Amino acid sequence: MRGLAAVLGALALAGSAFAAEIPRAERRSGYDLMSPETRAMQDDDTANPGMLSVLEGGALWSRKAGAAGRSCADCHGDARASMKGVAARHPAFDAARGRPVSVEQRINACRVERQQAPALASESRELLALSAYVARQSRGLPIEIATDARTQPFLDAGRALWERRQGQLNLACRNCHDDNWGRRLAGSVIPQAHPTGYPLYRLEWQTLGSLQRRLRNCLVGMRAEPYEYGDPALVDLELYLMRRAGGMLMDAPAVRP
Amino acid sequence: MTHDPSRRDFLRAAAGLTVVLAVRPAEATPATMQDAIRAVVGTAPVTKGRVKLELPPLSENGNAVPLTVSLESAMTAAEHVRAIHVFTEKNPQPEVVSFRLGPRAGRARVSTRIRLADTQTVIAIGELSDGSFWSAEAAVVVTLAACLEET
Amino acid sequence: MAETLISVPPRARRGESVEIKTLVSHAMETGYRRSQLGERIPRDIIRLFVCTYNGTEVFRAELHPAIAANPFITFSTVATESGTLAFHWTGDNGFSVRETAEIRVD
Repeated sequence: MRGLAAVLGALALAGSAFAAEIPRAERRSGYDLMSPETRAMQDDDTANPGMLSVLEGGALWSRKAGAAGRSCADCHGDARASMKGVAARHPAFDAARGRPVSVEQRINACRVERQQAPALASESRELLALSAYVARQSRGLPIEIATDARTQPFLDAGRALWERRQGQLNLACRNCHDDNWGRRLAGSVIPQAHPTGYPLYRLEWQTLGSLQRRLRNCLVGMRAEPYEYGDPALVDLELYLMRRAGGMLMDAPAVRP
Repeated sequence: MTHDPSRRDFLRAAAGLTVVLAVRPAEATPATMQDAIRAVVGTAPVTKGRVKLELPPLSENGNAVPLTVSLESAMTAAEHVRAIHVFTEKNPQPEVVSFRLGPRAGRARVSTRIRLADTQTVIAIGELSDGSFWSAEAAVVVTLAACLEET
Repeated sequence: MAETLISVPPRARRGESVEIKTLVSHAMETGYRRSQLGERIPRDIIRLFVCTYNGTEVFRAELHPAIAANPFITFSTVATESGTLAFHWTGDNGFSVRETAEIRVD
């Protein structure tokens, strides 16, 4: 019944700006779909393998780097204070770049401009550790993406990607995650796909990974061409996903199957 | 003397073939698991009971399945659990882990996360200080995510 | 990842059994996987984990490839006296990681 209503609702409201988004009160994290054992793995900071990355990030935060010989701590002090809520508000508009940037991009901007050190490679151990450490400081805080005239075009671009059919299966992200969440695909329950816990420890990867890695996974699974790491399209999509998850609480570093 | 290059070449090639065949890994079977258990317990009988094996009945991913094994024991010098061994039926090799305990443990209870290659049965064997062996088994259904990245 | 994450209760009553939780960063390459070209990726795992308490061994685990990546091992030990718990992981290719934790016993 709910499925039929959703399909009819989507058809009737096709083309309307925010009609397809899941209402705030109905937003559910993929956490709720996991077995009690996997949830327990996430909840226990002494058992969560993602915490190894957070600890490493904490060490890197205090390490001086680059020609400027500065550490993150030299400018930002104690991350528990200065980074509180930051991951829950990103991607955020960067005036210098004229577009929204992700936490990873912000970290690398600081590396290059403030520390005068080389940028950290996508999915590198150090970049994941620092972004895990920053994301951890937003744990329990609600996601809220500021939208204004500057971010709107990028939000629209992200939503267009979300709704565009692509790949050999001619599927759009929304076909599964808006229209059929809660139903099963090949034995797994389809989540609503909210990025509340990134970077996260995916059991499939046997290591911590970023949202960009997960999005590329999805695209490969859909038999579509995955965007390259660092492609602005992935950041536009992240912006839209975070806005779509507004009000949900951050739980990085999460654990997911 | 007649020269027979084709036969000599054939024998040389045949010698090379045996190297390739030996590398192919064997899958564990219930029989190899029994052999692995025998290697640990020797000729002693293994009695079902006393061991509590906790595994989720269904695991969303076989890469990390939480496992806890415990035995009720006073854990004194006179009477304690010496070791806990875990085996699987269908992984490429049956041995998973062996824990060595003793009176210093206080409690005979260990936890870890294991890999399961497929839906299968897991066996835990407790070895007591009196030389007796006890066992418990649990079946786990292993599923996978719908969308996977290629390795 | 940081190398290890240890959880030990900082204080315990004498004679009480306490739970120790350990996590160590290691890919635990099984030796059964093949690369995209079909070549076997060689085994590279942690083989042994030993815990000593003020120098006396109180726990040991012998690991095989079926232990999940970033091995998580929890066990119990009796709080006998204040001192140092020392943990040592060793494995293939000369892998060796040590960590310690203090325990105060009243």
